[in-house]
Amino acid sequence: MRVVFRITLCIALLCLSASIPAQVLSVPYEQFTLPNGLNVILHRDNTIPRLTVNVWYHVGSGSEKPGRTGFAHLFEHILFEGSQHVPEGKFDQWLEAAGGDNNGSTIEDRTNYYENLPSNALDLALFLESDRMGFLLPSLTEGTVNGQRDVVKNERRQSYENRPYRKASLELPALMYPRNHPYSWPVIGSMEDLTAASRQDVADFFTKYYTPSNASLSIAGDMDVTEARKTVEKWFSDVPGGKAVPPPDLPAAYLTEEKRIVVEDKVELPRLMMVWLTPPAFHPGNAELDILANLLTEGKNSRLYKRLVYDLQIAQSVSAFQDSKKFSSEFYLVADARQGIGLTQLEKIIQEEINIVKMQNPQEREMQRTINQMESNFVQQMESAGDKANQMNSYYYYTGNPDYFNEDLQRFKAIGASDISAVAQRYLKDEQRIVMSIIPEGKIELAAKKN
Amino acid sequence: MKSISLITCIVLINLGTFAQSPDRHAPPELSKAKNLHLSPIQKFSLSNGLNVVLLEKHTVPLLEIDLLIKTGSFDDPSGKEGLASFALDLMDEGANGMDALKLADEIDFMGANISTFAGNFSSGIDCLTPVSKLEASLKLMSDIALKPTFSESDIDRVKKSRMNELLKDFDEPRIIARKAFDKFMYAPNTPYGKFANETSIQSFSKADLASFHKTNFVTSNSTLIIVGDITRQDITPLLEKFFASYPSGPNQRATKPIPQQVKGRVIYLVDKPGAAQSVIRIGRIGTARDDKDYDNIGVMNTILGGSFASRLNTNLREEHGYSYGASSSFTFWPIPGPFLASSSVQTDVTGLALNEFFNEFKKMRLPIPDADFERGKNYEALGYAGDFETNANIASALAELVRFNLKDDYFNTYVEKVLAVNKKDIEAAAKKYIVPENMMIVIVGDRSKIEKGVKALNLGKITTLSIEDVLGKKPQLKE
Repeated sequence: MRVVFRITLCIALLCLSASIPAQVLSVPYEQFTLPNGLNVILHRDNTIPRLTVNVWYHVGSGSEKPGRTGFAHLFEHILFEGSQHVPEGKFDQWLEAAGGDNNGSTIEDRTNYYENLPSNALDLALFLESDRMGFLLPSLTEGTVNGQRDVVKNERRQSYENRPYRKASLELPALMYPRNHPYSWPVIGSMEDLTAASRQDVADFFTKYYTPSNASLSIAGDMDVTEARKTVEKWFSDVPGGKAVPPPDLPAAYLTEEKRIVVEDKVELPRLMMVWLTPPAFHPGNAELDILANLLTEGKNSRLYKRLVYDLQIAQSVSAFQDSKKFSSEFYLVADARQGIGLTQLEKIIQEEINIVKMQNPQEREMQRTINQMESNFVQQMESAGDKANQMNSYYYYTGNPDYFNEDLQRFKAIGASDISAVAQRYLKDEQRIVMSIIPEGKIELAAKKN
Repeated sequence: MKSISLITCIVLINLGTFAQSPDRHAPPELSKAKNLHLSPIQKFSLSNGLNVVLLEKHTVPLLEIDLLIKTGSFDDPSGKEGLASFALDLMDEGANGMDALKLADEIDFMGANISTFAGNFSSGIDCLTPVSKLEASLKLMSDIALKPTFSESDIDRVKKSRMNELLKDFDEPRIIARKAFDKFMYAPNTPYGKFANETSIQSFSKADLASFHKTNFVTSNSTLIIVGDITRQDITPLLEKFFASYPSGPNQRATKPIPQQVKGRVIYLVDKPGAAQSVIRIGRIGTARDDKDYDNIGVMNTILGGSFASRLNTNLREEHGYSYGASSSFTFWPIPGPFLASSSVQTDVTGLALNEFFNEFKKMRLPIPDADFERGKNYEALGYAGDFETNANIASALAELVRFNLKDDYFNTYVEKVLAVNKKDIEAAAKKYIVPENMMIVIVGDRSKIEKGVKALNLGKITTLSIEDVLGKKPQLKE
């Protein structure tokens, strides 16, 4: 991420219910492909006189070569530093002078960029996006790379090194995946590799991955779709095409043992992290595990919150979530113990609850409560053109269908209680997981000991 | 022939789109931006006098219903710091005979969300509900607002959680910096620089909470704000059904003292050994929400540190690479609130980074180039509509309207008003509010590595502190 100045999204977990009409979840769109291979998705929503331009490049940290971890994200930063017809600094200045803001983010599978702006400024956003897609290299200097290298190193310090518990999370990818797997290093990369990145690396990465056919442009908001299409064609048609990107070399990813790790940090309360590898995004089993995460820790009646935080009062917080990605996903369970409580005690209760969910199907009421909350979240997403633009690019990338909203919701609604127990048995195996204790310095006795 | 005509067709389309490359030698000229046009703001009262503000928005079948209470943490009595926050937290832990679990189950099952919060000057209960669950959501919301249980066991449970939160503050340099900034900005006999502590939290009793509730949840102190897919006609009977028993009563908030301005430059260096960065917060007292300079300050601050291309971010991040980002803000209260400039900077350049903040403060007092002025003005004005996209966003804006008695046409006229600001007034606002000679500075970082560089700047007297000096002693919890 760059820096967020204006919070545009309401992230609160909120509303909707089993009775939302299905047509609400249909997002009408026009889609076409330019001769250079760029996929384009247009969706009109004139709630406010603004729109969002959202670009996904189908490359992320997973495509980095050895010795260059963190490079895809460094590259994301460089993309804001100007292109052949946009002098350094002008990308942000011109957008802001039109009333727009922008940002980008990098994960393992992809890199995205967006501009939120008044509806009269579409022309400007597409000029800027097309210029950096087509004409990045002529103005690129070693100085640009050096400048953003310093910024990214400070991002690493700010987001990981100077924050409690976060340093330890950088060790997880190498524990979860075999060497050479695209998810076996952290997106932010190592300081050494960031130091090593050069202008030539940027040029190679750009030529190989930042091609129109490896990208998708999604625009949502207040526009005339026919006019918007003409504007897209005007700016993107002279962006040169490139070679197809070959699929990555993918070693099999599975854990063959329980790995127990203890890390010390400058923290007051110990934290237990348990991680399992789970099926890729949109693959069978993935949605079931999202529901399971919700059943375990979402809301006061969720199983682990109720036991650890509400009844026993030995944990300060507990959360479970799945990080779903193209080639493999991860299921995380994170719990902070209260002062004076050791992680062995927390792990024992968590294990009991996992065992219960494996043996007995969840109750009808808790299944329906979870589905209703998820349906609410789907409907809330419809309030924001920016959310829709990004989600349509996401659906296009992972499923091929930009308007996958309803199908996505139906994935969850089709799941029965027995499916939850089945995925718990199949994927949350005691002998195939990581159990990490993050403990206050010198307090080894608080680490989770194998029961 | 079919195949040939098809080819001709493609060629023609290609001629249309590829005839020439677009002119990339200057950014495209843009037409005039459209204005924000919000639906009318409807104001009415229920039979018991409870005020309602409604904005209809018939897009997504959702409703935001917020109960705004004009009492906040700055109204906490001395020795009861954190009371408003604690009381609001307890309100959804049990109400009208339902315990916390039953209440949460009902709310979650509907796919609704009801949450409580306390801010500095206001607090409230926010509800987001599907329109189809409106009646049930309103009932639960009114149970929470009117009949909270405040049971002893829930009070003890939440106290334990709060004590552990106090402990976690010791881990977070940014929280330490924020609390130090507030603590040292305001005189100890004012309500502003205080925060919940071990003693005050332990002192909260059921009687404290019940009294807080009885005093503040009265019609003269409350407003219901509703945004979404409903009409006044349809919602009024339901509001009467669930909120007609909302009690009337006098408004008992005490008037608040005006904070004293920072005199000279004072530096508080809080030692966090081994910190990977230094957290810097620099500030002074700004002004109140009703200041006629409000719009001018907004534009001025956008130029200084309110956007990505602002001067502080450009300097500390883009030009020097000292930081991942730097920014500034004015917080507007009913009384003058703080101006704040902040960043997390690399440890070994802490002094240099601090110096750049002051270089930008000084530069801000010089004549402003037209390009900066235009950008600041347009960013502030033309970005404004983005704050009115979701029901929750609009409800927040309406809460501001109620809290500060803004006119009903405030939002729809704001953009034109800001586009019409004048550069001289922006420059005057900079000189009035950005005064580098009178600033308080808080730095949280590794003293052994940064003190020398900070001292070398000769900005003013340095007071070195431990984290305990800021947060108090670490709570020792009994099992």
